[in-house]
Amino acid sequence: MEKLIIEDTKATTTFSGSEALIQCLLAENVETIFGYPGGAIMPIYDALYDYQEQLNHILCRHEQGCIHAAQGYARVSQKVGVCMATSGPGAANFITGLADAYIDSTPLVCITGQVASHLLGTDAFQETDVVGISMPVTKWNIQITKTEEIPQVLAKAFYVARSGRPGPVLVDITKDAQIGKAEFSSYKPCTGTRSYFPETPVDPEKVKEAAKLINEAKRPYVLFGQGVILGDAQEEFKAFVEKGGLPAAWTIMGLSALPTDHYLNVGMLGMHGNYGPNLLTNECDVLIAVGMRFDDRVTGNLEKYAKQAKVIHLEIDPAEIDKIVHADVAVLGNCKDSLRMLTEEIEQQSYPEWLQLFKDCDQKEHEVVIKEELYPAEDKMMTMGEVIRIVSEKSKGEAVIVTDVGQHQMVAQRYYNYQKWRSNITSGGLGTMGFALPAAMGAKVGAPDRQVIAVIGDGGFQMTIQELGTIYQSQIEVKILILNNEFLGMVRQWQELFFDRRYSFTEMLNPDFQTISKGYYIPCEKVTERANLEEAVERFINHEGSYLLEVLVGKENNVFPMVPTGAGVAEVRLS
Amino acid sequence: MKTQFTISVFTENQTGLLNRVSVIFNRRHINIESITVSPSEIEGIHRFTIVISEIEENIRKVVKQLEKQVDVLKAFYHKNEEIVFQEIALFKVPTNLLASGGEVERIIRAHHARVLSVEQDYTIIEKTGHEDETQQLFEELKNYDLLEFVRSGRVAIAKPMKEFKQYLVEMEEAHETTNQL
Repeated sequence: MEKLIIEDTKATTTFSGSEALIQCLLAENVETIFGYPGGAIMPIYDALYDYQEQLNHILCRHEQGCIHAAQGYARVSQKVGVCMATSGPGAANFITGLADAYIDSTPLVCITGQVASHLLGTDAFQETDVVGISMPVTKWNIQITKTEEIPQVLAKAFYVARSGRPGPVLVDITKDAQIGKAEFSSYKPCTGTRSYFPETPVDPEKVKEAAKLINEAKRPYVLFGQGVILGDAQEEFKAFVEKGGLPAAWTIMGLSALPTDHYLNVGMLGMHGNYGPNLLTNECDVLIAVGMRFDDRVTGNLEKYAKQAKVIHLEIDPAEIDKIVHADVAVLGNCKDSLRMLTEEIEQQSYPEWLQLFKDCDQKEHEVVIKEELYPAEDKMMTMGEVIRIVSEKSKGEAVIVTDVGQHQMVAQRYYNYQKWRSNITSGGLGTMGFALPAAMGAKVGAPDRQVIAVIGDGGFQMTIQELGTIYQSQIEVKILILNNEFLGMVRQWQELFFDRRYSFTEMLNPDFQTISKGYYIPCEKVTERANLEEAVERFINHEGSYLLEVLVGKENNVFPMVPTGAGVAEVRLS
Repeated sequence: MKTQFTISVFTENQTGLLNRVSVIFNRRHINIESITVSPSEIEGIHRFTIVISEIEENIRKVVKQLEKQVDVLKAFYHKNEEIVFQEIALFKVPTNLLASGGEVERIIRAHHARVLSVEQDYTIIEKTGHEDETQQLFEELKNYDLLEFVRSGRVAIAKPMKEFKQYLVEMEEAHETTNQL
């Protein structure tokens, strides 16, 4: 797939670093850039002016919006997301998104302009040591000061971002390197560097060991994370759990790798996960973790976590093995391979009694929590759960659900009936409020044929509300569902439960979101009465083009079940 | 229990890598007791020697996270008994202390320290050894008019270790197999 860098240019091999950069992006099959111009990146923007036919640039309203959009794009499309900003404040505004993409393993190439190389280190105008400050939150980063280095570095950047456990890469290019001219020949995609091993080939012996444990198990239990999605292994995963008859629970990053209503999908793990999946973690005899990293929100108190179980860990990143939970058998490598190999080795099985325990727990959770959340009594305020239930029904569980962070996030993930993989886009590890709106724009651009619904709380919405401008200007069809409880709901819930109801700075006096939406020419609607909800959701789903639906929900509703901080998973509370 | 470990990291010669390496220790709030960076026997490959005191389980995790870095080729950790290591210390004392003969000269001889340079006003003394040895000399000289003292980070070579070259060959072979897949 070698492409000539001189392709599409006039018959010359000499051109500017800026143009070389654009050629590299085209050679890497980049279609869309989310960006924001500024002084130190103007040469690149000038070059971009001539490539508007080939490269779609979306002008966001804030650099944080650019990078979250690139994340949404990457997560839905399995391509590398690309974003661009100027030096100084522009680059610094990328940091939250880099941290988010790093912890959630999202492949990004972020390009920042930098002051000219002779000014580096002199506190020049809009100079920030972005390579220094982004080092802890990037998989790799580098500064280019020489024009001729651009193709080679870009090739490595794309390779590193997408290979192995994906992650964000930042490339900082000084203005003189953008302006300078150099001779360029063909573009060679990077296929490896000697110091970097993206993935280990799966060891068949380890697979056999794992299979033996599974075949001897009485109560095997699978936990799956985003590794299944990143490894494009949802088919392999389904075949694995179906052959083994294995109950499987998801982390919030693994959600949608297996349809929500699949008979072996027992639900959500973690702090606000389902009752059974948490409780029964401490009842299984073999725990099979697939592409997940035992986040503390999943494990709760480690001293009380699955101590009785043998642990099998299928993981691409060697640094995750034994990091939190000791693996009795670690199967390194891409789970697309290891799952296929493991499926061959395991016996066809079913565990009806074991599965029944999950069903019993479900029943209990349904009685105590779910029934009231999805079908609240007529005299009660609307709940987030019933809104999500109706959205799920009206969209047939086929939409891409992009969530922000907080109560609405937990509720959306718990109650939306996900039918398709790559349908859950959320800020998992970092918990970045303000993620959803820009990520939803990116997701729509990355998957134009799919319905994209952003579910956002009134707090998070106001963190990146300016991206309504991008949605308007670039005519991106995003459905925006604001679940408004006029509170920072999740923090309020904690204050209620653990801080003596001292609601310290969590109540919000909100603006009129309808007026704001109208200001951006986005059709909108507000629902305050249950009687109007269903029809409003129908209009919301069926409207062609962007639409904002705001629903006033109960101010003091809580998300349950809950594993309180410091408690073990088996101490999960239903109320 | 915390023990002293020496971590050897082999890396590409890349600007800023020191920062990337030290961040991994910072994040876990591990204090670096000494760090030395130099070229290795292979052109283009740098070698970090890092001394820290930690429990072995954490060291293992840190080493994995070091190896995970794109520009890091390989990282090892060793206990003190598994390596040969040295540090160098320099001492500056007034020359007249030596000129008058007596105690300081005796101390220098007893420690097998070496005089590097003698000027009219001051003399520079070098002592190579383990930290406790250079520290001992420091303790004794500080009773006299010690003007300056500086000690380097540790350099270390593991006793049983395969030579890094061998690892490099294996890594290159592994790359070839992966590329064939």
